[in-house]
Amino acid sequence: MTHFIDRRLNPKGKSLGNRQRFLRRARTQIREAVQKSLKDAAVADIGKERKIKISARGTNEPRFRLDPRTSGERDFVLPGNKDFTPGDTIDKPKTGAGQGGKEASDSGEGEDDFEFTMTQEEILDIFFEDLELPNLVRTTLKETPNKVWRRAGISTSGAPTQINLLRTMRNSFGRRLALKRPSQADIDHLQSELDRAEQETPTSDEKIAVLKEQLARANAKRKWVGFIDPIDVRFNSFVEQPVPTSQAVMFCLMDVSGSMGEREKDLAKRFYMLLHLFLKRRYKKVDVVFIRHTHDAQEVDEQEFFYSRQSGGTIVSTALDKMLEIQKERYATADWNIYAAQASDGYTQSGDARHCVDLLNQAIMPLCQYYAYIEILDEREMEVFASEDSGAELWRAYRTVAEEWPNFATKRIAKPSDIFPVFHELFKKSEAAG
Amino acid sequence: MTKLLFSEPEWDFATLDRTYKAIEEIALNDLKLDVYPNQIEVISSEQMLDAYSSLAMPLMYNHWSFGKLFAREEVLYRMGYSALAYEIVINSSPCISYLLEENTMTMQALVMAHAAFGHNHFFKNNYLFRQWTNAESILDYLAFAKKYIAACEERHGRDEVEATLDSAHALMDQGVFRYRRPPKPSRDRVLEKRRRRAQYDEEAYNELWRTLPAGVEPPSAPPVVDPEDEFSGEMKLPEENLLYFIEKNSPTLKAWQRETLRIVRNLSQYFYPQRQLKVMNEGCATFVHYTIMNLLFDRGLITEGSWMEFMHSHTSVVFQPDFNDRRYSGFNPYALGYGMMADIRRICEDPTPEDRDWFPEFAGKGAWIDTLKTAWANYRDESFIEQFLSPKVMRDFRLFALYDKADESVYKVSDIHNESGYRAVRSKLARQFDASTADPNIQVVSADLKGNRTLHLAHNMHRGVPLHNQTKELVLAHVERLWGHDVKLEEQAA
Repeated sequence: MTHFIDRRLNPKGKSLGNRQRFLRRARTQIREAVQKSLKDAAVADIGKERKIKISARGTNEPRFRLDPRTSGERDFVLPGNKDFTPGDTIDKPKTGAGQGGKEASDSGEGEDDFEFTMTQEEILDIFFEDLELPNLVRTTLKETPNKVWRRAGISTSGAPTQINLLRTMRNSFGRRLALKRPSQADIDHLQSELDRAEQETPTSDEKIAVLKEQLARANAKRKWVGFIDPIDVRFNSFVEQPVPTSQAVMFCLMDVSGSMGEREKDLAKRFYMLLHLFLKRRYKKVDVVFIRHTHDAQEVDEQEFFYSRQSGGTIVSTALDKMLEIQKERYATADWNIYAAQASDGYTQSGDARHCVDLLNQAIMPLCQYYAYIEILDEREMEVFASEDSGAELWRAYRTVAEEWPNFATKRIAKPSDIFPVFHELFKKSEAAG
Repeated sequence: MTKLLFSEPEWDFATLDRTYKAIEEIALNDLKLDVYPNQIEVISSEQMLDAYSSLAMPLMYNHWSFGKLFAREEVLYRMGYSALAYEIVINSSPCISYLLEENTMTMQALVMAHAAFGHNHFFKNNYLFRQWTNAESILDYLAFAKKYIAACEERHGRDEVEATLDSAHALMDQGVFRYRRPPKPSRDRVLEKRRRRAQYDEEAYNELWRTLPAGVEPPSAPPVVDPEDEFSGEMKLPEENLLYFIEKNSPTLKAWQRETLRIVRNLSQYFYPQRQLKVMNEGCATFVHYTIMNLLFDRGLITEGSWMEFMHSHTSVVFQPDFNDRRYSGFNPYALGYGMMADIRRICEDPTPEDRDWFPEFAGKGAWIDTLKTAWANYRDESFIEQFLSPKVMRDFRLFALYDKADESVYKVSDIHNESGYRAVRSKLARQFDASTADPNIQVVSADLKGNRTLHLAHNMHRGVPLHNQTKELVLAHVERLWGHDVKLEEQAA
């Protein structure tokens, strides 16, 4: 009486609960490891599943164990004697190497690092755990998916008001052709021939009879091959579809002019990369618009934005103009939450900063939920501009905007490791909640 | 009409059933094995990983350490460092064996012989399993434990429960009764006790306690005295089972924490025989599958190709790397156990004069299966090696003994596999497999319950070997958390 049970269809992932508990337990170390791992990684690799190595501290499970290395004596037996005889001596392995390492891991107590794989989801969760796109929270809360009627092809049933005439007539025409329905012209033609035959002298009874019969058959056929038959009729079909109303668009503006060196671009790239990931992860419906500018601005795709080169002067306001233009065209404020992030080295044509500020104050900031400005400096500059108040022209100009608008933020970055803290600060949850 | 059970590597349930019946026939009639009813379950590799990480039990309470285990196993498996076990078998009645769906039909046959008959017979007959574990109730108990821990997490918060479990796990090795029979964890009694504790809590509830400032705990329920409990009443000292002692006597633990300790302790006790029977358990299962598969082949029930496949996997299972081999990680219990048992059969059937000297009781007596069954029933690793390790096996394994004194820079070879060394090597190997000497001998010597409540532990050092200092401190922190007051550990020469 044996039972064979096929358990393969049972739910797997029974230890998911345990995994969550483990990740939670090792939170601190994992967070460190994830950030370190992301910092050194190539930009394009950020969103991938990766191996994470954490130190065993915090997740070790200590047990009492004996340590025959420090004092005392013991006997032990090993297999595979080569040519030892009693009285021979063998050098002890160096501490921490060879057999030592093995013994440590036997008792589960080694100080070795612990390596395991984390999925992209888990990694991003950790990185983004306390970030949130500001102000979107509230709009998301009231998000009830709106329903909209959308065309869904053609159907054979529907309301008379939805008849698709073109399709219906096409069907009817085909059917009439196939069944050889006599047209009105054919009838008229027969009729006129009949009339002529009746008027002719001498009257040919035979001819008249034939024509009469033809005419009668044609009329009958016209009756049973209708001009429009119910099977011809087609209706336009509509279905209800939910549309997300809380959508967001993120404008990424970047200076790619000559004054932005390789290093600056790389930093900006990293910042946007994270931003991009963050958006894609956090919100279901997010459009991202990439605008790069030199002395004039273009909308480009992601690939171009991050990886192609261009040189020229620097007029920041062109990018702002471009952004406004795109917004007017495609992203009505009624339907879209608008966010913008701008990266620059802080240089612009003299006088342009003033223009930028006017644009921001009058046109852009009233539309935007949030506007983040990232200025990329080199480390020496960072020291010079230690105070928030000093800086290049654009920085000083933007400070005035920041004073006026609470949803306008300015930050400085000098090296890759600055990005994470800045990113955290810009999108801190508490701000959004406030 | 061919007698072959199967000729293709793919398996289906009809073939499994047919093969199971053929194996059962041999196991029960030829080998006269005595087994629990079998329940065989087919699972996928991911489910196998799941099972790994819950200590190979079908149910287990949730704890992060199991998640850690899973993460580690997963990496090893994905990178191909370790293959999955072909099977997992659970000491319960009915005896549950898991087969991995990726196995070929030959492997499924091997696994059924190995787990459903080899391990199963051993579980049912070995005296340690019979006396110390309760195959009928373990699954019920685990179901209770899982629910109980989950309920505690809900009532007291995950962190609280996790902290208690962490501390209890740290003392798992010190949470077993080594020498006396533990009180049986009967589910009904557990439930009854829990009910009485809850009742006490309700009766002792006082609205006033809620006015205490945060952080001050109301006095917790004193341990309920259970008249059926043979250990209740006065503290009996010294006590080797630290978890038991703390559960009964800790001045600070709450009722649910005591119950949690009890669960961990019962689990530890359940696994304790397995730690003392690694060599015998695996040896028995391996010997049984080897014998059954060969009989299947001799009787024309499996093809030559299947037999070769079986031999290939069998030889890799019983491979013992030498001590200086990179693959060496201690004795392979499969190799040692199978080697010894195959040798017992040889001694019974075809002894040399040396065997007759060493094993006059059964050398040449023929009835090898009876000799083995007696051994399987009445020995544990240590005594089995002491009694049955033959000079031939020692020569085959080229065993040699080393003497290690901490303050010397070299190991001294004390004995090897020769006439003057056999007995010494055998005894030393037997000691090596004695779980009670491998674990440090730590006991509660006194607890000053009326005074400052300090708990005194003593480590009786065996041949002067002390505890590892770092882990000692870490574990003591856990003991203090459970005890709630100072804990002192003294190391003394035994």
